[in-house]
Amino acid sequence: MAARESVTIDGNEAVASVAHRINEVIAIYPITPSSNMGEFADEWSAHGRKNIWGVVPSVSEMQSEGGASGAIHGALQAGALATTFTASQGLLLMIPNMYKIAGELTSFCMHVSARTLATHALSIFGDHSDVMACRQTGFAMLASGSPQEAHDLACIGTAASLESRVPMLHFFDGFRTSHEVAKLNLLSDDDLRFMIRDDLVHAHRQRALTPDRPVIRGTAQNPDAFFQAREACNGYYDVCASIVQRTMDRFGERIGRKYRLFDYFGHPQAERVIVLMGSAAETARETVDYLVAKGEKIGAVVVRLYRPFDIPAFLAALPKTAKSIAVLDRTKEPGAIGEPLLLDVIAAFFEAQAAGMNGRVMSPKIIGGRYGLSSKEFTPGCVKAVFDELAKPKSIRRFTVGIKDDVTHLSLPVDPDFNIEPEDVFRGVFFGLGADGTVGANKNSIKIIGEETPNFAQGYFVYDSKKSGAITISHLRFGPRTIRSTYLITRAKFVACHQFVFLDQYDVLEYAQPGAVFLLNAPFDKDQVWAQLPREVQQTIVDKKLRFFVIDANKVAQSTGMGGRINTIMQVCFFAISGVLPRDEAIQHIKQSIKKTYGKKGDEVVKRNWEAVDETLKHLHEIKAGSVASQRVRPPNVSAEAPDFVQRVTSMMMKGKGDLLPVSAFPIDGTWPSATCQWEKRNIALEIPVWDEKLCIQCNKCAMVCPHAAIRAKVYEPDALRSAPPTFKSVDWKAKDFKGFKYTIQVAPEDCTGCEICVSVCPAKDKSNPKHKSLDMAPQPPLRAAERDNYKFFLDVPECDRSKIERLDVKGAQLLQPLFEYSGACSGCGETPYIKLLTQLFGDRLLIGNATGCSSIYGGNLPATPYAVNREGRGPAWSNSLFEDNAEFAFGFRLAIDANLSLARELVKSLSGVIGDSLATAILDAQQITEADLLAQRTRVATLRGKLTGVNRPEAKMLESVADYLVRKSVWAVGGDGWAYDIGYGGLDHVLSTDRDINILVLDTEVYSNTGGQQSKATPIGAAAKFAAAGKAVNKKDLGLMAMAYGHVYVASVAFGAKDNHTVQAFREAESYPGPSIIIAYSHCIAHGYDMKFGLDQQKKAVDSGIWPVYRYDPRRVAKGEPPLSVDAHGGKLPVSEYMRNETRFRMVEKIDPARFKWLAVEAQKAAQRRVATYEYLAGLRVPTEGDGQAAKPVAQPEPANT
Amino acid sequence: MNLETNYLGFKLAHPLIVGACPLSDTLDGLRRVEAAGASAVVLRSLFEEQITAESMAHHRAMESHADSHGEASSYFVHNEDFKLGPDEYLEHIRNAKSKLTIPVFASLNGDTPGRWIEYAKLIEQAGADALELNMFHVPVDPGESGSFVEKQLIDVVAGIRKAVKLPLAIKLSPFYTAPANLAAQLEKAGANALVVFNRFYEPDVSVEKLEIESHLHLSTSTELALRLRWLAILSGQVKTSLAVTGGVHSAIDALKAVMCGAHAVQLVSVLLGGGLAKLRMILHEMTKWLQDHEYESLRQALGSMNRTRCPNPGALERGNYVHMLQTWQLT
Repeated sequence: MAARESVTIDGNEAVASVAHRINEVIAIYPITPSSNMGEFADEWSAHGRKNIWGVVPSVSEMQSEGGASGAIHGALQAGALATTFTASQGLLLMIPNMYKIAGELTSFCMHVSARTLATHALSIFGDHSDVMACRQTGFAMLASGSPQEAHDLACIGTAASLESRVPMLHFFDGFRTSHEVAKLNLLSDDDLRFMIRDDLVHAHRQRALTPDRPVIRGTAQNPDAFFQAREACNGYYDVCASIVQRTMDRFGERIGRKYRLFDYFGHPQAERVIVLMGSAAETARETVDYLVAKGEKIGAVVVRLYRPFDIPAFLAALPKTAKSIAVLDRTKEPGAIGEPLLLDVIAAFFEAQAAGMNGRVMSPKIIGGRYGLSSKEFTPGCVKAVFDELAKPKSIRRFTVGIKDDVTHLSLPVDPDFNIEPEDVFRGVFFGLGADGTVGANKNSIKIIGEETPNFAQGYFVYDSKKSGAITISHLRFGPRTIRSTYLITRAKFVACHQFVFLDQYDVLEYAQPGAVFLLNAPFDKDQVWAQLPREVQQTIVDKKLRFFVIDANKVAQSTGMGGRINTIMQVCFFAISGVLPRDEAIQHIKQSIKKTYGKKGDEVVKRNWEAVDETLKHLHEIKAGSVASQRVRPPNVSAEAPDFVQRVTSMMMKGKGDLLPVSAFPIDGTWPSATCQWEKRNIALEIPVWDEKLCIQCNKCAMVCPHAAIRAKVYEPDALRSAPPTFKSVDWKAKDFKGFKYTIQVAPEDCTGCEICVSVCPAKDKSNPKHKSLDMAPQPPLRAAERDNYKFFLDVPECDRSKIERLDVKGAQLLQPLFEYSGACSGCGETPYIKLLTQLFGDRLLIGNATGCSSIYGGNLPATPYAVNREGRGPAWSNSLFEDNAEFAFGFRLAIDANLSLARELVKSLSGVIGDSLATAILDAQQITEADLLAQRTRVATLRGKLTGVNRPEAKMLESVADYLVRKSVWAVGGDGWAYDIGYGGLDHVLSTDRDINILVLDTEVYSNTGGQQSKATPIGAAAKFAAAGKAVNKKDLGLMAMAYGHVYVASVAFGAKDNHTVQAFREAESYPGPSIIIAYSHCIAHGYDMKFGLDQQKKAVDSGIWPVYRYDPRRVAKGEPPLSVDAHGGKLPVSEYMRNETRFRMVEKIDPARFKWLAVEAQKAAQRRVATYEYLAGLRVPTEGDGQAAKPVAQPEPANT
Repeated sequence: MNLETNYLGFKLAHPLIVGACPLSDTLDGLRRVEAAGASAVVLRSLFEEQITAESMAHHRAMESHADSHGEASSYFVHNEDFKLGPDEYLEHIRNAKSKLTIPVFASLNGDTPGRWIEYAKLIEQAGADALELNMFHVPVDPGESGSFVEKQLIDVVAGIRKAVKLPLAIKLSPFYTAPANLAAQLEKAGANALVVFNRFYEPDVSVEKLEIESHLHLSTSTELALRLRWLAILSGQVKTSLAVTGGVHSAIDALKAVMCGAHAVQLVSVLLGGGLAKLRMILHEMTKWLQDHEYESLRQALGSMNRTRCPNPGALERGNYVHMLQTWQLT
């Protein structure tokens, strides 16, 4: 028997490791937090890793989880051993197939990293609401609580399903288990061969559909047969649990790790018992052990096999002495008598009683509680609170634990100081910035400790919801025993703060226990650091007697060519002062690991990292605590001017204290105020643009391209400058409209992310010193205070009259107030400039339905909301339904608006006597295209409201309620290519097929950006993406051409980095078109692999090479006798390969397989030429108009493609 | 006609070799070069600086967003085969050596001394027949002296000489103060050949964009004169082989270079502009010229017009310049 390896991996990898080895077919679709399982499987298959039968499993990414489950169903029916990985909404999409798979008694084990279902809000985090929605499908359900268990039960589930023929849903907690890095013992191939019996595999294949033994499945049955046939499977369910237990026993005998259907931990004569499953069971077990040692008679039943629920096994596990039982559910079923596990336990007792199972307390007190929704912390304090509640003579029968419910008062009080963590476990907390590599370094440290020492190791990582400047908090534990603490560290022996600025934003040292070590990365000389600390930090260091170490890691990183990556440096510091390993040994391991990790990336990368390691210790200093004398105190995290809700609720969430908010603080239905990002001053830019007004040519391109609306243009009357701050800059406005006005470009210094895109687009150079432009980057700190005042003043200057802007091109459009600002999108994001433009052009009458993805995260992930309101209080109304239904969701907006508009129009007609005929006619006949038209209609509606006031007729009241719909609304479905090309394509296509006035904006990054770069059907030929590791071999879908095929759809392809005025024109045309419109917008993205400050250059290259043609297809042109399609850039100015070579996604293919890249580049070139040629041909076609009677024919010879 | 020549220790059938250029980028291209009759080929340079910059750029692009958001721990496929070192170039050398019969000279363009040695070793291991070093440093710092710049080059050559046994050719820039002295020092440091002279991307000014734009234009025969002078001066004074590169567009150009001392004539622009067939045409015309002028072999012409043998060596020195001015004055 081969020796079993100890590895340090996360739960997802632990599961995938088993699943990949014991399956032949894997079909998936990316969804957090399960995506990594599919990615691991794909990566292993791409490298030729074989399963236990010597075959490389086939891994397919489908267009949705519905598609993945369909493919799996088919693969199972055709005789393969197949699996899939999913979570949350993805699991819901699989339910129809799950019924089928179970109904057909199919051996199958799927793996689910359990995640919250979207209700009042989406959440990517973990609970059991998704898996609980599957308990009726006929699947058996197996729950794991740790990476090791998930690894083991992945095998047990598959083996048991082969024997029982009941399909298994194996689940473990999303993030807490799926993303926890832990040391575990890996099952060998021999173990798996032992567990997966050949005879059962053969039996599974024997049941396959094959023309060699033809049968029919999937019949339709009538009342005469269905019911009985449905009952025919009962025998299989009756023995399923015992088969699972047998499989667990077989596993335990060979491997040594023993599992039961229901495991019990605690006092053998326990009187109070809790019942639960998943990762919380680990914390419960740890707490029970602690309290039992202190003399408590308590225990915990951990559910492994939840379905089929084996009552005798449950009762056998539960001590007969149990008098009171608390059942904990990690889900919520509003309106139910109780949550599902609770009801099962109650029913179990009832059934047992009926069956006469005696010898125990048969009527114990059974109460139930909810905990841990959306990964809410479940701590030993929570466990104790539940036991305490059980001890009370009158317990709350339906409680919650882990939150404060001050509305319905269901929550249990939890002692925050209850601590059971043993002293021999090292606990470290590390605060890092997303981009600084802290998490990566910590994962590496865990690996070193886990694999180079006998210690057990655990790492868990907390991310905030921002994509740029995100904070990460790493929680690391190392100790001599298996670590079962599935909760965050609150008393750390080591606290590291990798970014000095965090000291002003978070109470970092709150995590430090007295006498802990504090490591700080500070951009100061060691002698100055103490004086630079906020007073609160000085005080805590003194009070808690912390040992304080400091390093200027950024200086070391710069000097060794590491840029902003301080990961290696901080890792060395950690090992140097934490004492978890001898210093030299640790450094040796770090170096080896650098070589292993980066060796392939080039010697330079290794060399520079090694240099950073060697340089670090020279710059690491211990600082003696001085007197607590700092004048600087931690500033308030939001301005005193912020609204009450922001002060009370949002600010708490911003500073990481959202857990402390009670139920009463929250809206009841998921409705949140917009425009709250403005209160979150993140100050993440090291440098910001500075405007030289003398050089500016007033093109407004800087404002157009800014992803965060952090640089803005305004024209205003000179009088407005009277109270301007001293450094506020202003020049005369040069264009013909707004004659005599002043003009300013202003930077929002605390909201800018420092991406430099505005500087790169600025065309205005100093003629004597062209290196100096109208916008140059300069360090932010010295500018912050003055520019903050300037920006505040700028915002208060009234906006210009939008109806008076003569030309709504880039220059004109950027004088309009952006109503999408300071989002958490990546620095340099290529999507957000389009959304910002959308809000500038139509924001005050805009409804957005947003598909799940990047744009729903930076658009709606709390704590702050980027969609804003104008001075009149109008602004975009925004919502996210799902990933797959967004076009339909927005279509529903349009249906509602049209319905309300119809009602309003009817009422205007019927009330014309009250309103006045001329006003009624003017309202009903109003053309609402230009800003002046819209303003006139708003004025009419205001007059209408005035006239209705005091009219005491039901119709008048009704008209008042719908009068605003008389002003035209702009409805947009916004989302990424994963939605538009893949999962949502069916609905999108259907919406396009209607004649409703709806607009669709596809932010095409050509990859699933939000979940980490999986290929979509928009991924271009030649690009490497997850699930297309060798470079995608087929062309991207031509979504625009497909939409054009309808004939009545407005279609545009745009790239603002190449043709910005064209983009503005397309947006305006699409919006004004009274039918369906679709704009496909090139969006550069971090998943393309280059510095985003070159995003615009790459867009231009894409257009110039022809790989991204820009065009507008406007059906309105047909009536004028013109071809509807206008090709606005033909490409051919440079080879496609020149565009491709600048991006890692393509270059990776070239470096891995130059011959393949060459072939793909040629194919990409051909595809570009073919696409442009097709468009050019279409652009020459005149479509017959009414009475024309001619077939379509070219009106002119199209221009030959330039390519 | 016997056109044989010795260059870098290799007996070549004739002096026409293909210099570092895109013609040698692929194996097919190399096969065409050999079929066109080249007696040897210099592969396009491995740009150490570029490899380093690209490694770091990809490293940053891939790593800087990793592990920074809950939904994505990375944004790129993890592929062990994605190597950013010189492996592609080394593989090209190996392929070239396995398929070609003519000598294959690698070329290395570098910036940092440490890496030169490392890469030279790898190139030797990959089986190259010789290595052409291409070190051009723009000394923009006023504190950097000419002697320091020369010393750096000499140190690099000495370092590489110590590290590898490969024959070494040094491709020189024309901008040294005392090329003859430098040549002697390079010979002492272990150079086996000197190649005169490197051609560079030259800056141009875009008056519209107010930007410097870099271009590399194909050479013309007018560029040959500078090279002839220094070939003639170096020939006979150094024991290394000499090669000319830049400005040879005809048989007569090639013969001039040989007469001034070039053991090898590198062709690039003429082939890029006129196709590989030009090589055989030049070869044919050289042969015919030598036959017509009753030379016994090319060897007879080699170095015949170098400074030690030509009848009017003063014309290679400042006299040439004075004479020209006088001519102008007379007219």
